[in-house]
Amino acid sequence: MKAIAAALAVCASFLAVSVVLAQNQNADKPAAGATPKYDPAIYAELQKAPEKARNRVNPLQNDPDAVAAGAILFQQHCAECHGDSAQGSRKAPSLRAPEVQNATPGTLFWLITNGVVRKKMPVWSKLPEAQRWQLVRYIQSLDAAAPAPESPAPKP
Amino acid sequence: MSSFCWPVLLGLFGVSLLSICSPPPVHAQENPYFVAYDHYLEEPGNLEIEYFSTFGTQRNGNNFHAYWAEFEYGATAWWTTEFYLDGQTTFHDSTIFTGFRWENRFRVLKHEHLINPVLYVEYENKNGADKILKEVEGHDVESDFLVSNAEARKEHIHEIELKLILSSTFKGWNFTENTLAAKNLSNSPWEFGYALGASRPLALKASPKHCTLCPQNFVAGVEMYGGLGDRHSFGLHDTSHYLAPALAWNLPSGWTLRISPGFGLNDKSHRFLMRWGVAREITGFGSMVSRLFRGHK
Repeated sequence: MKAIAAALAVCASFLAVSVVLAQNQNADKPAAGATPKYDPAIYAELQKAPEKARNRVNPLQNDPDAVAAGAILFQQHCAECHGDSAQGSRKAPSLRAPEVQNATPGTLFWLITNGVVRKKMPVWSKLPEAQRWQLVRYIQSLDAAAPAPESPAPKP
Repeated sequence: MSSFCWPVLLGLFGVSLLSICSPPPVHAQENPYFVAYDHYLEEPGNLEIEYFSTFGTQRNGNNFHAYWAEFEYGATAWWTTEFYLDGQTTFHDSTIFTGFRWENRFRVLKHEHLINPVLYVEYENKNGADKILKEVEGHDVESDFLVSNAEARKEHIHEIELKLILSSTFKGWNFTENTLAAKNLSNSPWEFGYALGASRPLALKASPKHCTLCPQNFVAGVEMYGGLGDRHSFGLHDTSHYLAPALAWNLPSGWTLRISPGFGLNDKSHRFLMRWGVAREITGFGSMVSRLFRGHK
């Protein structure tokens, strides 16, 4: 019985830590219904890409399937935080912003690969390189000027 | 069946319930390892609930089926915390709850490098009947499992386990090396062990169509693990070692299935281990819990 009591105590601590962390995450969020606004500084991470990484060319630049495949990958791995249409959410910034759209493919690839660990974006190097380049193609296919659709694209 | 296995059953019930109640799943991209760890942590705010089984053969004794439920939470992008509940059934003996574990993994470096270190710290509160073989350490050998459950469960083990995980990704392959040091908090020496793993998705490019059976959803690999003795007798003498091919299938529905037959490499090892597991990732678990306590606004 001691072991069970200890297990329950650990469960309770786990739950409490989860609540505290979740509340901290929510503290950054704007009020419900408000359009998320992002400090331009949030895109500053893009500037940190080393020059060698920035100059890399997307090997799938001319792959006709890359955008479609990237769209599926985006829904599977990125939409949860960046929004179904990459318009941004309370968790993560818009990828339609000029800072992202004007970045080189190599810069975006570098950011996806390395994440921004201190700011809650995980590293995505667990996706094979080809898939990260497919994501880059998809992100760059988004029209920065066009508003995000009212209703999100259907999930797979 | 002993009533002490209810935590494992509760864990399984939890998997089912949370799966039903959870928001749309996220497509997991899990490696196939059962013992080795790579450097990828759980995404922040996500909870992954996993159930694993190990069937093992036993020379001169009863075969066994050990299982554990695992709750893996991404506290931040650099910290993942996990809680385990373990149990086992020894054939012609009994079914018992064998303990719990609390594991934490910390990513050390901000960016990706050729070798990516992760620090692992775990506290284990288990009894001597634990058979999940989540790691092999010290002089763990097959004959340890010959003791009956009634006798083995009398031993209480409070253990701290430390690992250094070094993991690399190269041309779609993941290579990982884990070194382990464990200390029973009673007066026992430090024990050591290792795990090595290599894995690769069956396809590196994603398909432009939604699919369940696409090769990119499968990750195949192999892992090898074993003990390295203890502080007083470091080395391979009187230690067990295993080699285990492994396969993971990451379904678009958010489920991951894993299977791995393992083979003992010397006469101190179990001849055969059959492992399988099912996992599901629940997105935004942290926010869900927060809403539960704060209400909707």
